[in-house]
Amino acid sequence: MNEQDFPILKQKINGKRLVYLDNAATSQSPSIVIDAISEYYKTSHSNVHRSIHSLSQKATEAYEEARKNVANFIHADVDEIVFTKGTTESINLIAHGLQLQKVDEIVLTIMEHHANIVPWQEVAKRVGAVIKYIPLKKDYRLDMDAAKRLITKKTKVVSVTHMSNVLGTVNPVKELAELAHAVGAVFVVDAAQSVPHMKVDVKELDCDFLAFSGHKMCGPTGVGVLYGKKELLDYLEPFVYGGKMIKEVSLEQSTWAEAPYKFEGGTPNISGVIGLGKAINYLENIGMKTIEKHEKELLEYALQKIKTMKNVTIIGPEASKDRGAIISFTIEGMHSHDVSELLNREGVAIRGGHHCCMPLMKELGIPGCSRASFYLYNTKEDVDAFVEALQKAMKVFKI
Amino acid sequence: MNEFQKHVEEIEGSLSEEEEIYKENILDHYKYPHNKIEMKGATVSHKEVNPTCGDELTIYLKIDDNKIQDVSFIGQGCAISQASVSMLTDEIKDKSIQEIKTMKSEDVYKLLGIPISVTRIKCALLSLKTAQGAIKNYEQTRSY
Repeated sequence: MNEQDFPILKQKINGKRLVYLDNAATSQSPSIVIDAISEYYKTSHSNVHRSIHSLSQKATEAYEEARKNVANFIHADVDEIVFTKGTTESINLIAHGLQLQKVDEIVLTIMEHHANIVPWQEVAKRVGAVIKYIPLKKDYRLDMDAAKRLITKKTKVVSVTHMSNVLGTVNPVKELAELAHAVGAVFVVDAAQSVPHMKVDVKELDCDFLAFSGHKMCGPTGVGVLYGKKELLDYLEPFVYGGKMIKEVSLEQSTWAEAPYKFEGGTPNISGVIGLGKAINYLENIGMKTIEKHEKELLEYALQKIKTMKNVTIIGPEASKDRGAIISFTIEGMHSHDVSELLNREGVAIRGGHHCCMPLMKELGIPGCSRASFYLYNTKEDVDAFVEALQKAMKVFKI
Repeated sequence: MNEFQKHVEEIEGSLSEEEEIYKENILDHYKYPHNKIEMKGATVSHKEVNPTCGDELTIYLKIDDNKIQDVSFIGQGCAISQASVSMLTDEIKDKSIQEIKTMKSEDVYKLLGIPISVTRIKCALLSLKTAQGAIKNYEQTRSY
């Protein structure tokens, strides 16, 4: 679907057609995104919000236009959208800005990416807060009974991934939001894996904060988003201090600009933001429902094939319901590095390792796994090429 | 020819015999590693982790008269890292600690006998890093 829009996919790797299945790490960009970035550098490269001249005006308009695109895309208001450099920075910003106090409890899940663990651990260390983790059930889904026990009046923050970057599991965030709000806790969603692949509506989810990255949704690297409810963004302390985020500066003290600007200290990634805005246009033109349906078909097709392979174990729910198009797996007698290396020879790009989820790996009792992750431009031919390459790789290891 | 076509040209083509990293002996060492056992009564041991993939390796040394009397390891990793530690532990038996301290990356590459690309350097060298870490531990405890 639409693979002709992506120039990078036209190249060959080791003489083979490139089959790009590392989309959970970084997705590819269509020409209209690449052109928009190039256009900015050719016609309006300058700083935003500072100068009166025409270039700055054009840059500022394009930058703020992208903010509108993002807001519409997730059903937020424009002043609820903060541009960051990615999901990791967005979560750091929240963890820092909430000013948690001693004896506060933070509830995460065992399937979190390091980006949604480490910032909270650092805050917890400083203020003496306690972190609790919602465990998994045998079917690789969250244990919601445990969640109900763990989220208590002591809980100040519940922060969960919308979709696991390893298991593909889509978590019941709406239900978790209700549990969090019932005890007065702030509810944070790591949406790095969900926003690119499905319709996400922050009003419907009723999350307080939501974080995602541009480069996983056909946009460039180095740009991401933090959505926050207006009253919470007003309450949050800034994270990066300096130019652009101030209202007034004297030698003794400073006051902050209004949200979202108080969180955008320094010159932002202007071309990145413009590229992300275009990526959202691109996704909306195809339609998130269409993308979701296409990926579900690919997922079912791929699961069907991989399930029948001997010595291959799928790490994640085997049913395609409430699950994204990410397939992690282990091969008996073969390390994930070697799987990646041998698949690359066939032009197939996948990822191996711990996927920035070391606690989850430990819980599952594996050192790491291989992961194939799909996007809108992948096809059934890609799945076939992947499975064929996998069989060939196993032959090299005499499996 | 433009830049893009040139790039395509460069990365095309299949692997030659010299380029193959999954040679028979590498796979043999991976499937049947030498010296892979926990050692009781080791003089010193040391653990290293490859942070990019999470692989762990512990090397045990029995040292007497500044010489490696016995060596073993436990841990898991890819074919390259497991073959590397299997071969290295064979290699350093009976060597002096001075000899191990002066071993270089190239010595490990030579043992492996395969081309090591930039993405596999950490896999290939985890063994030497761990062995030299063990020697360092040994010298530190002796200096007290």
